[in-house]
Amino acid sequence: MDKIFIKNFNLYYDNFHALKNINMNIKEKEITALIGPSGCGKSTLLKSLNRMNDLVEGCRIEGDIFIDDKSIYGNGYDVTLLRKRIGMVFQKPNPFPMSIYDNIAYGPRIHGIKNKQKLDQIVERSLRAAAIWDEVKDDLKKSALRISGGQQQRLCIARALAVEPDVLLMDEPTSALDPISTAKIEELVQELKKDYTIVMVTHNMQQAARISDKTGFMLNGELIEFGKTVDMFTVPKDKRTEDYITGRFG
Amino acid sequence: MSKLVRYIIKISALITFGILFLIIAYILIRGIPSLKPSMFQWEYTSENVSLLPAMITTIMIVFLTLLIATPIGVFTGFYLVEYSKRDNKLIEIIRMATETLSGIPSIVYGLFGMLLFVIRLKFQYSLLAGTLTAAIMVLPLIIRATEEALLSVDNAYREASFALGAGKVTTIFRVVLPAAMPGILSGIILSIGRVIGETAALMFTLGTATGIPKGLFSSGRTLALHMYVLSTEGFHVNESYATGVILLILVLLINGLSTFLSNKLTKEN
Amino acid sequence: MTIIGNEGELVKSKFIESFMKNIFLISATMSIVAIVLICIFIFAGGLPFIEEYGLLNFILGTEWKPSDTPASYGILPMILGSLILTLGAIILGVPVGVLTATYLAKFSNKKLYKFLKPCINLMAGIPSIVYGFFALTAIVPIIRALVGGTGMNIITGSILLGIMILPTIISLSEAAIRAVPNSYYEGSIALGASHERAILSLVLPAARSGILSSIILGIGRAIGETMAVVLVAGNQARMPAGLTKGVRTMTTNIVIEMAYAADAHREALIATAVILLVFILIINGTFLILKRRSGI
Repeated sequence: MDKIFIKNFNLYYDNFHALKNINMNIKEKEITALIGPSGCGKSTLLKSLNRMNDLVEGCRIEGDIFIDDKSIYGNGYDVTLLRKRIGMVFQKPNPFPMSIYDNIAYGPRIHGIKNKQKLDQIVERSLRAAAIWDEVKDDLKKSALRISGGQQQRLCIARALAVEPDVLLMDEPTSALDPISTAKIEELVQELKKDYTIVMVTHNMQQAARISDKTGFMLNGELIEFGKTVDMFTVPKDKRTEDYITGRFG
Repeated sequence: MSKLVRYIIKISALITFGILFLIIAYILIRGIPSLKPSMFQWEYTSENVSLLPAMITTIMIVFLTLLIATPIGVFTGFYLVEYSKRDNKLIEIIRMATETLSGIPSIVYGLFGMLLFVIRLKFQYSLLAGTLTAAIMVLPLIIRATEEALLSVDNAYREASFALGAGKVTTIFRVVLPAAMPGILSGIILSIGRVIGETAALMFTLGTATGIPKGLFSSGRTLALHMYVLSTEGFHVNESYATGVILLILVLLINGLSTFLSNKLTKEN
Repeated sequence: MTIIGNEGELVKSKFIESFMKNIFLISATMSIVAIVLICIFIFAGGLPFIEEYGLLNFILGTEWKPSDTPASYGILPMILGSLILTLGAIILGVPVGVLTATYLAKFSNKKLYKFLKPCINLMAGIPSIVYGFFALTAIVPIIRALVGGTGMNIITGSILLGIMILPTIISLSEAAIRAVPNSYYEGSIALGASHERAILSLVLPAARSGILSSIILGIGRAIGETMAVVLVAGNQARMPAGLTKGVRTMTTNIVIEMAYAADAHREALIATAVILLVFILIINGTFLILKRRSGI
């Protein structure tokens, strides 16, 4: 079943045509990787899925995106609810300057949960789901800025999970991390696939090949090729895809 | 040639800091021996020339001024930074108004306060008239400090909060404000210094009554006004020195605290 | 378990969002309200008098004699008094201030700077009355001993104001000097110039519009200063008669006579504030334009 359906989607920053007529369907509980050189529009596309581009001035869109068959740009779709349903993890780990506990509890709290027991439950469940519970369970009051970068990133994943999304967007989640932390995140992402639909932007083609089910290759705002990861990395249909994955540019 | 230039530059710096230390040392050395227990009596009389009522008045006016100016100033900062859009004329006009306010001399504030609050609104020389005048005067300081503090907060915090479905206001109060707090506090503390040191704006609004104000519509004098009145009268030079010491110590504390807080802000962000 | 997203919570948060946004907006317009009110009250209080007395008579009249019959209200002596003291302050304060800024930006080591920079802020925080009192008890006697008279004159006033504008000039000039790209300096050094020469011939000229705006802000401070000046400038309401004679400024004119003025006399003082405010608005306007251009 299609979880996300992107239809004739165009995006402009002022006069700059950043996304050109994107059509894409993303299946439920799969990992979809977006690859392509810097500035190709992959992050922009990702941010279109939870309307983070709304925050950018001069940003304008055409076409539409559907999640569970409902238009997210249409009238009456609440951005707050959209972003609650679609968690996001950023390139640089960005925990809030507060305790580990408060970081996780932030989302549930802003959505109206005040009950301490319930919050405790959510915090534990989210930290467990992000495979970081065992490392931090004794220091929940510790500042989130004082754990390692890899732990911070898993904390940010836990924070996103705490509001019970069904889609997770990840914008180059390992690009600021060392190889060991990266391996842990990759393992975690594959674990999370059981429950979540994941869309991930990555710079690292091996990463896309290792963990994703589908891959989309983007160039200059266009989706050049989109299909099964195995196929794309073995028999790319488009010459440009081939050039990119064989390292001829980018 | 190079040597001479370096020499002149160093001498200039020496003059600047020399003057500063000279003033501080001068006031402290002449003033501390002038401090007498009789100056800290509850009631002012022409014999004891007590500065305690002025101290209490100063605290009252500082507190009331901040009560009014802080929310307005901080909220203005929120609006200017968190809701700013390109080519927003209103924001540009607000910025210009703020900068113009910060250039207006105290005496003009004083006259304005007198014309509006004391005469037109019939508050008389009073704590209320003085407070309102002082609040307008420190507004640009608080706005500026808030703006700078907000701008120094990493955008990644805002993004993370928005991505969780938080609105702007929630994000501002829960994430941005705590991170910007030291900077905002340092601006608020500087405003305290400004109110404590102010004379011209308060003379024709707060007045110069010697007692502790009994209510919002009662007059009083701050330490700085007390010192001014004493120095123009010329009878109480020692008491002027003593008041000067107290003022200077307050200013030193305030500046120390504000420096500490703004260092904290730069360190954390 | 679905925890979040009930309808009521959403409506509530929507309401808070737009409600608080309006609160912020209203707060932000307070600055505009304040500046407009100030202009209205000062101008409404002073302009009728200026109209009746005649603008030229008012600003070019050399006699200020409010208690004569008929009274004369010429404020040229005070305008000149303000300008002369400001000029004196600039002559004394600018070189020292700019060079101190140069020292802070280019000659002091990190440790020293961490101590000196807060000192400049402290200098800006010392109340006018303390500066004035210091000048009254420490500088006046020295000047009296040197040139005779009361010691309360243009020289004393200029020295005092020169000191008081230092922090303004130093902080802004320092920022301007620091904003000059390091490549200017490095390029000059690479060509064999000494540290001092590179700074004098390249860095300072590149920072000139920032330094200029610091001077303009300093002028604004000097012209608006009241309580310190009133203690040491002599305050005689007559045409300036020499460096060793006292003067009265526009600000001190107001503060000295406001307490007992009535009727036309009082209006004349408010009219003095009108002229002062016009000066300040022009100075501020120039500053804003320059600042925008220099980008600091």
